[in-house]
Amino acid sequence: MPAELKDLAQLREMALPIAGETMVNMGPQHPSTHGVLNFLLVTDGEVMHRAIPHVGYLHRGMEKLAEEVPYHGYMPFTDRLDYLAAMSANQGYAMAVEKLLGCGVPPRAEWLRLIACELNRIASHLVATGTMAMDLGAFTPFIHWLREREVINDLTEALCGSRLTYHYLRIGGVGYDLPAGFADRTLRWLDHFEPMIDEFDRLISHNEIFVARLANVSPIGAAMAIDYGLVGPNLRASGVDWDLRRDLAYSVYPECQFEVPLGRGYRGVVGDCYDRFVVRVLEIRESCRLLRQAFERLPEGEIQAKVGRKLKLPAGEAYARVEAPRGEMGFYLVSDGGESPYRLKVRTGSFSAMSIIEALSHGLMIADLVALIGSLDVIAPEVDR
Amino acid sequence: MSGPLADRLRAQFPEAVTGPEQKGVPEAVQVAVGALPEVCRFCRDDSELDLQALSCLSGVDYPDRIELVYHLISYRRKHELVLKVRLDRDRPQAPTVAEVWKAANWHERECFDLLGVTFAGHPDLRRLLLPDDWVGYPLRKDYAPPTEYHGMSHHRADPLRPVAPEVHAGGEVPRAR
Amino acid sequence: MWELVRTVAGQGPVPWYYGAAAALLSAGVLLGFASAFAGLASFVERRIAARMMSRVGPNRVGPQGLFQFMADGIKLITKEDLFPEGHDPILFRIAPYFVFAGMLGTFVALPFSARLIAADLNVGVLYVVAITSLVVVGIILGGWSSNSKWALFGGLRSAAQIVSYEIPVGMAILCVVLLTGGLSTQSIIAAQGGMPWNWFACHSPFAAMAFVVYLIAALAEGNRTPFDLPEAESELVAGYCTEYSGFRFVVFFFAEWANLWIMSAIATVCFLGGWRIPLVSVAETYAHGYWVALGCLVFAGKTLALVFVVIQVRWTLPRLRLDQMMAVCWKYLIPIAFVAVLGTMTWMVLLPWDSALGKALRGVVFLATLGLLGHLARRTVATYRADAAHYSRMAGQSLWYAPWRLP
Repeated sequence: MPAELKDLAQLREMALPIAGETMVNMGPQHPSTHGVLNFLLVTDGEVMHRAIPHVGYLHRGMEKLAEEVPYHGYMPFTDRLDYLAAMSANQGYAMAVEKLLGCGVPPRAEWLRLIACELNRIASHLVATGTMAMDLGAFTPFIHWLREREVINDLTEALCGSRLTYHYLRIGGVGYDLPAGFADRTLRWLDHFEPMIDEFDRLISHNEIFVARLANVSPIGAAMAIDYGLVGPNLRASGVDWDLRRDLAYSVYPECQFEVPLGRGYRGVVGDCYDRFVVRVLEIRESCRLLRQAFERLPEGEIQAKVGRKLKLPAGEAYARVEAPRGEMGFYLVSDGGESPYRLKVRTGSFSAMSIIEALSHGLMIADLVALIGSLDVIAPEVDR
Repeated sequence: MSGPLADRLRAQFPEAVTGPEQKGVPEAVQVAVGALPEVCRFCRDDSELDLQALSCLSGVDYPDRIELVYHLISYRRKHELVLKVRLDRDRPQAPTVAEVWKAANWHERECFDLLGVTFAGHPDLRRLLLPDDWVGYPLRKDYAPPTEYHGMSHHRADPLRPVAPEVHAGGEVPRAR
Repeated sequence: MWELVRTVAGQGPVPWYYGAAAALLSAGVLLGFASAFAGLASFVERRIAARMMSRVGPNRVGPQGLFQFMADGIKLITKEDLFPEGHDPILFRIAPYFVFAGMLGTFVALPFSARLIAADLNVGVLYVVAITSLVVVGIILGGWSSNSKWALFGGLRSAAQIVSYEIPVGMAILCVVLLTGGLSTQSIIAAQGGMPWNWFACHSPFAAMAFVVYLIAALAEGNRTPFDLPEAESELVAGYCTEYSGFRFVVFFFAEWANLWIMSAIATVCFLGGWRIPLVSVAETYAHGYWVALGCLVFAGKTLALVFVVIQVRWTLPRLRLDQMMAVCWKYLIPIAFVAVLGTMTWMVLLPWDSALGKALRGVVFLATLGLLGHLARRTVATYRADAAHYSRMAGQSLWYAPWRLP
């Protein structure tokens, strides 16, 4: 066996605590790891020396499955890659296939995709910020956010029949057109929702205890964030001005006006947990702006290009990136001319976020680890696929 | 189609970097295995390439080779580059780039886990997604799934009937580790 | 209770069985009261929490869900009695009862009204502060004997927290003891007056400070958010009582809800005038039965108001981290409590209770407190009005529609 490979016995020796240390298992079932994740904590009382993550509890072999399933049929699988950001996952996969196929997407479909993705982004950030508050002990803001999210769920149910795993986007467009009255109801909900963000801010965002728990906790500098491959709100909170919707623009995002919130050390250091929280709250507001613009400019037309029911892509490869709520989701698609992909690799934001936790864990308290995981918005299905 | 990034890289490493790999954006080049760490370091440190981040490290199992595909991106300059490395399918070994981009640490572990590529110099090469004592590399095309794992069989005569776990002589129910 | 014994036994030495019977009787009454309150408090807390979260809360079992706590109690009692592997057999079983005893023992010295007190100990508040320390023993035992590292973490955190916060509690009560000149709870109440500006909370700015310090420290003593780190649900599942199931689990939480009453009751007794009725003197209250009853209602009302505040604080604020909690205690509350004690002593000397200046300044402090409460009330009303306006715009427009009504 080559010297680099460590077997289990060696590893167990590495992780054995020295005298005075305790090894605690923040196990797969835990109220505040987001999903089925396991951390082996080597602590000295409350202060951690190391937090060793064990992932793979939710590994479903999505990439291997892609090699068996035809192109159209794989779309529902992409929902389950990140169930809170299903629309973005759908879009990434669709974009990869469309790139290889060389087919375009009708304008109405592009705008509908934008509406779907931004609505989904709001829903995902509601869960992210709400669970952050809940992990720190404030249960009320989370329930308020779930109340708002119910409306989004009902809107998407009216749109595509499903409340969580949508399968709304298709190769070459979207699956369903807007039902009558959808725009009206969504805009009315936005009128109701935007003051709710202010209420949330009044309730928890400026709360002294909340800020004290999050500010100056695990600051991630810009260089470290880029090095570890953090993306999305995590990267922006560390001060890196990068948003795929603006910088490597896809779909109809170039025609939209929106700001990209950056971490500025709002109450602490740039890139600490509080910045990651604030960036997400600000992104909710930006998504509301995008939704309003989209409804104004929605053109008439078809909702799906004609791509045929049995899809055979030409041989080649394509890499498509989308700005999912948890960061850049990259779909690397290799085709050999057959009916299903030859290789599909999904690169998700939570994967890198999970890998940085071990590096940040030294000197952190267990309560801070909970805050850190929540602020990085790690979702187990994205890590394990 | 060769672009400015590929040209610059080829100019710097004439023997190691060849290509173009394919048409279209992003630019793609082929890199020899031995020169991989230097090429990656140059990609990251050069002021014109400035490829700050590793977006994705994929392994693809072709019939005659295993190919590693590195998608690199520069946030400052808003451009991307693809590096491809061909590895021998029987003994797929590559040097690690975990020192160049720390993101590669977990990506390489996943590659090792699912495809069996060993990365020389990796600080902590062990399985990531699958259990530590799993046998085989699932993403390979010739992977045959094991019929059982720790006494739990993959096949059931009647899927509608639950299967009681085997109880060993000591009365202990085997636990999956 | 001793008066009752005297009445029955007459003058002269009291046979032991009278005292024993009285003790048992009062224990029974107090246990019944504590149980009833703990159960109802759990239900009321869930309803209040639900209203704060735009939900309804339990409303199925019994009228308005009133019997929910009984259903929960029955469910928990009939659960399997689990013992974690490797638990300490004796300590695991007795740990909940230490917590229970520590909590129930304080009811003895609580004056529900003029003559309604189980035992008017002349070391009343000292006894109360001392016996709540038994809770620490129970928590540490429970955490350690569970043979679970998470339970141990919870137990140790809780031990550190409760032991530390006993100091501000003690010092805040020390202010009150200085003002009274005695430790007996009835004498503390007698030293205050019926009107709000005669309460100890309005006695001086320092006593008001002591009141606030007491409230915060009592929250920590009772393991309530923002100090509920020992039972942080998001981190340790249930902290020191993770491995408990069934009846023993009930006992732990029973103690927590009964503690709601205790911390509010001690605050009421010490700072808010207890059962004192405005415009009625102590002697009169002792004399007539209807005043006694009214005093009981006054006491209950004040205590329940504080219980409501405690519940609301729990469902609003996030929790503090361990080191922040310790910092709050040792770096903020204890110095402030020191200042409060010294200031109260100085105030007492310079401005005696009956002097004109003393009375005037008490009035000023009362008005200042009233002003602060009024400011909070105004902000609440303004927010309520803004929300009402916002929601009324949406009234009649359903934001979402049942999916089966798709056009």
